[in-house]
Amino acid sequence: MKPLDYDAIVVGGGIVGSSAALFLARGGQRVALLERDFCGSHSSGVNYGGVRRQGRPLSQLPLSMRAHVIWSQLREWIGIDGEYTRSGHLKLARSDADFASLQAYARRTADFDLQLQLLDRAALRERFPWVGDIAVGASYCPEDGHANPRLVSPAFAQAARRHGAEVVEQCAVQAVEHDGQRFTVHASNGQLYRAPWLLNCAGAWSARLAERFGEAVPLSAAHPAMLVTEPLPLFMTASTGVEGGGIYARQVARGNCILGGGRGFALTPTTARPGQAAVLEILRNATELYPALTGAQAIRTWSGTEGYLPDDEPVIGPSHTQLGLLHGFGFAGAGFQIGPAAGEALAQCILDGGPAHSLAAFCISRFQQPPHQKENLS
Amino acid sequence: MKESAAMPLFKRVAEADREPLPFTLDGQSAQGMRGDTLLTAILTCSEHLRGSDFNGEPRAGFCLMGACQDCWVRLADGRRVRACSTFLEAGASVTRDPGRRP
Amino acid sequence: MSEIVIIGAGPAGIRAAQTLAAHGVKPVLLDEAGRGGGQIYRQQPANFTRNAKILYGFEAAKAQALHTTLSNLQEQIDYRPDTLVWNAEQQVLDTLHQGQRAGRLNYSRVIVASGATDRVLPVPGWTLPGVYTLGAAQIALKFQGCAIGEKVVLAGSGPLLYLVAYQYAKAGARVSAVLDTSPFSAQVRALPGLLRQPATFAKGLYYRTWLPLKGIPVHQGVKLLEIQGHQRASGIRWLQAGREQQLPCDAVALAHALRSETQLADLLGCQFAWNPLNRAWLPVRDPQGRSSVPQVYLAGDGAGILGADGAEMTGELAALALLQDLGKQVDGARRDQLLKRLANLQRFRHGLEQAFPFPEYWAAEAADELVVCRCEQITAGEVRDAVRAGHWEINRVKAMCRVGMGRCQGRVCGAAAAEIIACESGRPIEQIGRLRGQAPVKLLPFGLEISS
Repeated sequence: MKPLDYDAIVVGGGIVGSSAALFLARGGQRVALLERDFCGSHSSGVNYGGVRRQGRPLSQLPLSMRAHVIWSQLREWIGIDGEYTRSGHLKLARSDADFASLQAYARRTADFDLQLQLLDRAALRERFPWVGDIAVGASYCPEDGHANPRLVSPAFAQAARRHGAEVVEQCAVQAVEHDGQRFTVHASNGQLYRAPWLLNCAGAWSARLAERFGEAVPLSAAHPAMLVTEPLPLFMTASTGVEGGGIYARQVARGNCILGGGRGFALTPTTARPGQAAVLEILRNATELYPALTGAQAIRTWSGTEGYLPDDEPVIGPSHTQLGLLHGFGFAGAGFQIGPAAGEALAQCILDGGPAHSLAAFCISRFQQPPHQKENLS
Repeated sequence: MKESAAMPLFKRVAEADREPLPFTLDGQSAQGMRGDTLLTAILTCSEHLRGSDFNGEPRAGFCLMGACQDCWVRLADGRRVRACSTFLEAGASVTRDPGRRP
Repeated sequence: MSEIVIIGAGPAGIRAAQTLAAHGVKPVLLDEAGRGGGQIYRQQPANFTRNAKILYGFEAAKAQALHTTLSNLQEQIDYRPDTLVWNAEQQVLDTLHQGQRAGRLNYSRVIVASGATDRVLPVPGWTLPGVYTLGAAQIALKFQGCAIGEKVVLAGSGPLLYLVAYQYAKAGARVSAVLDTSPFSAQVRALPGLLRQPATFAKGLYYRTWLPLKGIPVHQGVKLLEIQGHQRASGIRWLQAGREQQLPCDAVALAHALRSETQLADLLGCQFAWNPLNRAWLPVRDPQGRSSVPQVYLAGDGAGILGADGAEMTGELAALALLQDLGKQVDGARRDQLLKRLANLQRFRHGLEQAFPFPEYWAAEAADELVVCRCEQITAGEVRDAVRAGHWEINRVKAMCRVGMGRCQGRVCGAAAAEIIACESGRPIEQIGRLRGQAPVKLLPFGLEISS
């Protein structure tokens, strides 16, 4: 087959890759997006659906604030509202120590205008009476919220396609070469794709491509345990999180509550299941935090495959070994909100010669340093 | 949800000679028989078991074998059970969820 | 401590348990129901008085034999009724006892005999009170001594249509009509296949001819148009020979044959294949019932609709295969005899499918407003919209439009959804994927207890 030439090839149709493709296409670039399965069908599509800035490390907040603006314009970018709602994000504390952590975070992030409201026990009871007594306080971020990842993530890919990107699903990358000028991607559909730019947005499977170009990364896969209930009378007025980890929950307009907590396991390299213990944990303990779930039934559980790097921070930005290669992966299960901004930043590397916000904190080279130099990066 | 007529859905055609069991349905006194499931006890004296979650329309079960999940009712202790698979006990207090109108 | 486990105490599970016990193996027999017998041989509550002949008609002897067998096995097996298996992982099953207590069971080998439910093709008005499946109508009568209404119409197709009509009329319930979507000509053409099981065929013929003799109208080759009614069913409309007909009624029993419960086989990692006869994805099994997973065996309607006799045979065969795989001596002649009878039954099944063909026109003619997913209130039009937006793989369509996301987990809507997706996408139905099994296979309650 004749090779197909593009300005950029994006490997991976999750929210990062799809949004990169969208921004590139809107910027006039000829883009090919190659997705092994269906766009937005892995971590981007099966995550909890939280669209939140609160709780992110400071390093991520600039990009997260930019994402917040993109989310506010979601319908303009992807044509649907994806059930996105700014319900507010309520991060619960189950102990005084946890509450102190929330207060410390609010102080540390004061410059970022997250508008965090610290609620003590009385204030929490008054404003969010549906939260169980086990919570001693909370930090409330009024403009954070949630959306339906199953709708939003694929919609980025579809929007990219509408703007002229070639989106190819059910198409795995089998081999990649570089001849000094451009990349040649050998795809499972028998096609060759060529471009001077290659974006490695392959989620939990990105290490292969990174290593191919001499940038091995310690990327590991983890699997969340997710559960959805039957439709219930509406009672959750915010999406929740739990300081120090716990059972987080949100309720959609149709009434179903989505809960997450604990871990699952890989069934195959591309599929995962929630662990039985995690599911039972949620069913046993969720009513402590959300008493209105008493008597409710769980319909379905699921998991997914998320990419983690040891510092729980993503890799975003140019390769240090291969010209034209950009990376965007390893979001540690927290890529949904920030993903569109990461995609935009990668597109800016191509369109504008560099990202609008510094990506230094996410540089892949932090894993390429010799050990005694690693401390300098923290 | 308004009941247009008091005509029950189900008709007893056999096993009429069983111990009567009183129960309460949505706060009203009712009577079934020992060996009745909640579904039978309710549908031999009324017309629905619940309202649809999305338009409040009446539902009265469908498969009678625990598959369709359209027969959930609520017991006094807050537990919800499938009416087709749960036997009536004397004095049971059953309430029906009205569902949600759009 | 690892057990040999049988999931399901219908005819297949009971025969499997009996066979294992006869060879000195003590299996754990798990059943979701409180009493054994499955659906077709469901036992009435203990205080009911009807005898087996009234309950099971021509199958009375078979039903009684199975119930007695289970009863007599109590000492030799570990029988656990009221126990749902909600998840399966490598060598472990997750159970829920009496809807409240979660437990785990390690297994070394498992026979899955999970049975079947009615296959439903929605008709406008099918969510009204008063509308039930054929299986439900039968359960109401057999298990509760009730008819689903005063004036019952039975509609759809399959042998159950005539059996339930007959049972209802015999019990004194009023059957207003039987509406069979299969044309009489189909049944004539199927005769050679049907004659493979002469006794079964004779019974079917008996029911079929008995009904009009009792003044019950039987209409064949119909197209169901609508179940009428406001808060409950009050009538039914259909097309017959190009003309619209209507009948008042207060209950409709509706189904087009059966569909296998395959969720556990899926969670156990069994390989599936499209089965044209069942028009469904079924776990692959060898003639004796071995699945593609070494420790997993499949028996009964849960691996393909064969009926109660077939379930008994495949239950015994699966147990024999398991025993063989354990290195035990089994009666080869008995096994071969069962295999031969099963092959004959398969040919009869082909005949049944010919006699009661699947209404392939259904998806194309379903109106956009027709509710396909009754749990989530998703219409045929909404499913079609998802397909028109470019999605064709059934799990993807489910994610987009919510069909199959409700409490029934796709049991009621799955077949219909697949038909609509295939029709709208123009893809053959066996190429749109199958609904992925996810735990729990039935709903789990918050606040459940955990057994240590």
